[in-house]
Amino acid sequence: MPRHEFIVVDPDKCIGCELCETVCSFVHDGEFNPLHSRIKRVRIEPLINIALSCQKCEDPDCVNACPQKALEKSEKDGSILVDEDKCSGCAFCIRACPFGAISMSTETGKVLICDLCESTEYEEPQCIEFCPREAISLRTVDQVGDEKRIDAVKRLLTELLTESK
Amino acid sequence: MTLEGYTQERVNIHLDTGKIEKGSITEEFCTNWIGGYGFGAKVLWDELKPGTDPLSPDNILVWAIGPYPGTFLPTSSKYGLFAKSPLTGLFGLSISSGSIAQQARRAGHNLIVFYGKAEEPVYIMFDDGDIQILPCKEIDLWGKGAWTSDEILKEHFHDSRLSVAAIGPAGEKLSKIACVTNDRNRQAGRTGMGCVMGSKNLKALCFRGTKSIKVADPKKFYVLGKDFVKRAIGTATAKYRDYGTPSGLASYNDMGMLGNYNFREGYFDKMDKFTGQWLDENLVVKKVACSQCPIACDHLAKVPKDHPLWAGAVGSMDIENIYSLGSNCGHADWYAIIKAITLCDDLGMDTISAGTTVAFAMECFEKGIIKKEDVGYDLSFGDGEAVVKMIEEMGNRSSKIGDILSDGSRAAAQKLGGDAMKYSMQVKGLEFPMFDIHGMSSFAVGVSVSIRGACHLRNGAYGLDAKGKFDRFTYDKPLERGKAIKVVEDEYGVIDSLIICKFTRGIYADKQDHCDIYKAVTGYDMTPEKLMLDGEAIHNLAKCFNIRAGATKADDYPPERFFTEAPTRGPAKGVTLKKAGYTKVLEGYYEARGWDKEGVPTDETLKRLGLDFVIGKLKGGKK
Repeated sequence: MPRHEFIVVDPDKCIGCELCETVCSFVHDGEFNPLHSRIKRVRIEPLINIALSCQKCEDPDCVNACPQKALEKSEKDGSILVDEDKCSGCAFCIRACPFGAISMSTETGKVLICDLCESTEYEEPQCIEFCPREAISLRTVDQVGDEKRIDAVKRLLTELLTESK
Repeated sequence: MTLEGYTQERVNIHLDTGKIEKGSITEEFCTNWIGGYGFGAKVLWDELKPGTDPLSPDNILVWAIGPYPGTFLPTSSKYGLFAKSPLTGLFGLSISSGSIAQQARRAGHNLIVFYGKAEEPVYIMFDDGDIQILPCKEIDLWGKGAWTSDEILKEHFHDSRLSVAAIGPAGEKLSKIACVTNDRNRQAGRTGMGCVMGSKNLKALCFRGTKSIKVADPKKFYVLGKDFVKRAIGTATAKYRDYGTPSGLASYNDMGMLGNYNFREGYFDKMDKFTGQWLDENLVVKKVACSQCPIACDHLAKVPKDHPLWAGAVGSMDIENIYSLGSNCGHADWYAIIKAITLCDDLGMDTISAGTTVAFAMECFEKGIIKKEDVGYDLSFGDGEAVVKMIEEMGNRSSKIGDILSDGSRAAAQKLGGDAMKYSMQVKGLEFPMFDIHGMSSFAVGVSVSIRGACHLRNGAYGLDAKGKFDRFTYDKPLERGKAIKVVEDEYGVIDSLIICKFTRGIYADKQDHCDIYKAVTGYDMTPEKLMLDGEAIHNLAKCFNIRAGATKADDYPPERFFTEAPTRGPAKGVTLKKAGYTKVLEGYYEARGWDKEGVPTDETLKRLGLDFVIGKLKGGKK
């Protein structure tokens, strides 16, 4: 099974500035509107900041939930493609997505899902390009797991080394 | 002609009748007055009747933004509040960041003017173009802290992203140093704008905007805006990101400029752990940003969970509140500072004025003007716990002394009598920011001519002393100094009108940079000359407001302490300001501005700045 890259945000680095949202809507629509952003900042006061976007689930709940069969997982890069002709704006996908990563345009009534800026004139995802803390990156699940393991081991070893002193 | 950027819509809200009028503002109004500060100055000059009591329903409260909110221009999400200040009796202005401006801009708002006083406590919901004045009692809002109010309103409207600017108990109880809090840690802090809201029975403003925002030249904007985002994470802003503004604690202290012990000293004796670095390495747990800000100067510090009094408190640390609630009260107890900051932000009091007023009270306590039986405990310099207690009593007006101090140090000194006024460290009624000016001969003038009272954000002339542009212990080159003070002030006038954050001032290489981005957003061909002239005109109009309200040359002098009592340690040891030298530089500044010896703009100057409408209206001012 091919491994697809998806948007990963590091909550330790995220400052909650919302630049990712603003630039996302701008490069997709030529206008600024965080409601039309495919990535959403979440802030829980006072300390939690992160942004969430499509995680490209292997067996996507949104695709399964769509009664119009308007969503399809791309074989090429794993993105969830929206067939705007079929999308009725029923929002079942929004309810099904475990991450709240789908939104709906206030203008067209169609759903909006991260396409890694494929539909824009830019090659790189612009949220990554603009993030002032390099908190956003593209990762595969294997890379995420790998980094987590290294972090965990470093933490454990630090504790062990400190205790042995 | 339509400009992008601006919505060019003006809303008048009559709180007494509930009437809401929508009108428009012209392209000329926008490009001449730019936004924010400029809009506030023009509306207040035109419409506020001279002699108006700031706490009466006749005071006018202006809410304004510039052309940038909603775009990704760094630090573009800023709004300003303007009214006659209950603290100074003069031009009141306060600027805040967070999420408000971009949300309000998407709702279509540019300029909102509040008149009158609501019959009962209300809050206002701006839901796109739909505006509703709603009673607080239905959701039990009155009496709540600003933080709790924010939570209640977000829940009430089922919107975690709702932008709320609210007053706390301090504003409700008409504390003259009351602020307006939004996004938890962002405040329109100075000059008592929260008090004005309270006097109008106006508890909170809520904004929800769903409309998309266009700019005039999207391609150009992308290129320029992205470049500014990159510059905003470069060297020009490094100090705000790394140790944050508290990095200045050590550097300004080294120059003897860190106010402590109510400005008896500028060189603090408890610097051991009192640095930005120590704070960052030991207590800062998270750095967060306002909407559209790559810098994230908001450094959140937490009191450890085993602390007996304030476990888990999380405060937003800035050099100004650290000085006012810490060194100026003679202590370096970080936990007390964190707790006091959270209290100020939630109760809704300006941290600078609140802390400096406690420092004033501590000196009065030391001198026997305030007695232990009045307070119930020792209100002594060096006691952080006493600061926390007194802040709570001030915000709630819950004790005799807290009630007196709640109106700031000048009003408190008037009530306490005796020698108390000697210890009130303010200009025009507004308490001092962090700088001890004993050895700052340029900024002494800058901070004292500042339109809203003692303030480093209307007048950045501290840089002239800190960077050694002029000898900071003498008074030579008064006209050159005056010109330098004027330029910084006019630049800040532009920045506060656009409105962007001063922490990004260093990312603009020159005025042309400002004009380029202004054009990309609005489509209007702004020139550096016009931009600076606009800034100068805005500043002059606010000055004229002050003169009409009764301000004189005497209001452009700092407290006597700086002339008569020298610090006993540090680089400014033994140094006082000299009145003759000071006056020379002050008059140099007046001359550079085209004002007469009494600091009144000449008719010629008013004409040059397009302020003809002011001519003949500066006589017979009354506070």
